[in-house]
Amino acid sequence: MTHSTINISTTAEDHHIAKLTALAIGLHMIEAVIPSPLPGVKPGIANIVTLFVLYEYGFATAAWVSLLRVFASSLLLGQFLSPTFVLSLSGALLSLTALSLAQYLPKKYFSAITLSILAAFAHIAGQLIVVRLWLIPHTGIIYLIPIFALAALVFGLINGLITAKLIKNN
Amino acid sequence: MPFKFSHHPKPLIGDWLVIFASFALVIFMFQSFWVFEQASNLKIRQGNQIVGTFDLNQTRELHIKGPIGESIIVINQGKVRFKQSPCRNQYCVHQGWLSRAGQVAICLPNQISLQLMGEKSSYDSLNY
Repeated sequence: MTHSTINISTTAEDHHIAKLTALAIGLHMIEAVIPSPLPGVKPGIANIVTLFVLYEYGFATAAWVSLLRVFASSLLLGQFLSPTFVLSLSGALLSLTALSLAQYLPKKYFSAITLSILAAFAHIAGQLIVVRLWLIPHTGIIYLIPIFALAALVFGLINGLITAKLIKNN
Repeated sequence: MPFKFSHHPKPLIGDWLVIFASFALVIFMFQSFWVFEQASNLKIRQGNQIVGTFDLNQTRELHIKGPIGESIIVINQGKVRFKQSPCRNQYCVHQGWLSRAGQVAICLPNQISLQLMGEKSSYDSLNY
């Protein structure tokens, strides 16, 4: 029997983050096999986990879960460092930035629904910036903005409702 | 951890505000980005020369000579098309009537292109 020579000491919080990230990766994988009518339009169900974690464990844990999910999913799908990965990462980063600000909105008036919609808009904004600067450096993509914005609103709303429900039940 | 789906979350007042504001924003985006301006002018090129700029609000038939023969272009009150061209594939003819600013029809074999222009030039792959 070979004894492990490397011993990484992990805390309970690490395990927690790992568990939640695994859940997010699972959702990401499910979504990866769902065909989309328009490239780039995806429900983003893994963001439900990010939002849920933000409410239950705070922003730092949510950022860990979100970014680990992006890296791990891209490795599993063989997309690491590909344009798909960069789009995923830029979306996640901008979405986290939006959440880092939106978390201070008064909870009395704004629920997870608001945060989800704002995060979805930030996500698509991050992706469109990368598309414009790197992948399709053409002003013509301006015609796609309304479609992506509409998708962000619809899916952001649905994900927000699901998150609100999960938080309430937990 | 098992989740029970029993309660229905209700959007709070701020949520409604965000939903309506976002919806208004999306509508605004559709209105401001999806503008299809009617073309007012037509620019015809043959080879590396501009044959001329024509007003679209007229009825007129133009015969333009290219390297493989004569193409017939018809302007009919705000729209234009290739009526006839001596090319093999007839892509230019099949493109049909053009009427929006920024639209383009090209007959490559005969080196003739039609470009529709509005009051201001819109985004397309030609003026990029």
